[in-house]
Amino acid sequence: MEKDQVPQDHGVLEGVRKVIYATDKNGTYTKVKTAGWEPENVALDQAWEVINEKVEAARQKVLAGKASPLLFHLEKNMITKGMLAELSGISWFKIIWHLRPSAFAKLNQKTLEKYARALNISVAQLKKTE
Amino acid sequence: MEVQFEHNQSAHCENGAVSNLLKFHNLGISEPMVFGIGSGLFFSYLPFVKLNGLPVTSYRILPGWIFKRVSSRLGISIHSTTFRSETKAMEELDRTLEKGLPVGLLTSVFYLPYLPKALRFHFNAHNIVVFGKRNGKYLVSDPILEETCEIDYDDLVRARFAKGTMPPKGKMYYPTVVPTSFDFKPAIVKGIKQTAGDMLNVPIPLFGVKGIRFLAKSLKKWPDKLDERRAILYLGQVIRMQEEIGTGGGGFRFIFGAFLQEASNHLQQPWLQEVAQEVTETGDRWRDFAFEAGRICKGRASSAVSYKTLSDILLECADREKAIFTKLKKITL
Repeated sequence: MEKDQVPQDHGVLEGVRKVIYATDKNGTYTKVKTAGWEPENVALDQAWEVINEKVEAARQKVLAGKASPLLFHLEKNMITKGMLAELSGISWFKIIWHLRPSAFAKLNQKTLEKYARALNISVAQLKKTE
Repeated sequence: MEVQFEHNQSAHCENGAVSNLLKFHNLGISEPMVFGIGSGLFFSYLPFVKLNGLPVTSYRILPGWIFKRVSSRLGISIHSTTFRSETKAMEELDRTLEKGLPVGLLTSVFYLPYLPKALRFHFNAHNIVVFGKRNGKYLVSDPILEETCEIDYDDLVRARFAKGTMPPKGKMYYPTVVPTSFDFKPAIVKGIKQTAGDMLNVPIPLFGVKGIRFLAKSLKKWPDKLDERRAILYLGQVIRMQEEIGTGGGGFRFIFGAFLQEASNHLQQPWLQEVAQEVTETGDRWRDFAFEAGRICKGRASSAVSYKTLSDILLECADREKAIFTKLKKITL
């Protein structure tokens, strides 16, 4: 690719410019800055679309009383129960249990704080789906 | 404390961190040279390994290997440690910074607040260099960014101790012994030979040129095998692996071309310039592939015809690369 053909399609990079390699008129490679490229923007957008759908589905489940807010936070942070177990120090089995609204409602402050710290949010935020 | 550290923006984080660290230790080596000597170029298509439910395509060798190969080929000693304790990992970082050494860290992109939100997935093999501490914040040279930036203690701890696939476990590294005189030539030849071997000779049809053909054949069947949305998601994943941060365009082909040009000058072998030219042309075809694939993802092309077109472009890339690496395999000093 030649230097003056390097695309500058603004999109997902939010103004951050990254480097790609392109050739000058002698065919020698140099570093060129780019604001992004349409195919990348499309691909990245659609990847986020999938994640956002999952988050929304989880939110609906929580609002319908079919799952605890923990499910929402799992999807929002794109983490598995296993990862949350490692981050929080709470066992995988307990996490599955706490995904039920009734079990989550009975959690003591200490456990809630553990979850909140693992997810880098406050206990109040943990109980919400925002 | 703060170390005088020269930050150079690069396309790929691992090459960039290595190149910047070695420059600090008075070894001037460009990003393409790191990539080439470390035999970074590769291809694998693993349909049965799923990432977020999508098959894995990769245009490079495993994270960390480039650095390993570069240091062994140039005779550089690296001190590298992982940690169980977060506190100890941060204390060790501070101690090394106090000695006046910049430190390479393995981090998760998800926990780096200074990156654009859209890029922050759970990817646990992002390399950054920390070169100082100012008012309780760490000074970061992130190779893919234009400028250096800062990060909080807590954020850095989270990034260093992210969980999931290939957890970084607080890994930190820095060169300890960097020889003063160098002969790049044997290292370059070794690097090229290994890349050619990797691309041509792996006897499993998932890797190298055979892997590209395999992807081409599978991709043609996606619209029949999968529903339209999934087929598009599969395609999107390939585009992302090829073009998203880190590859320098065309799935590392352009960086590799730049490396061949430098290699040609070092080795005084003009024929490498011609091969570099061929690599550039192939890289352009990879870009065409991404462009057409992007159009399908956006729903601008009629799908049945276009998957076939994509497959043909890939087969062409495979043929071209087979020819390129067969030539490169024969390189001597």
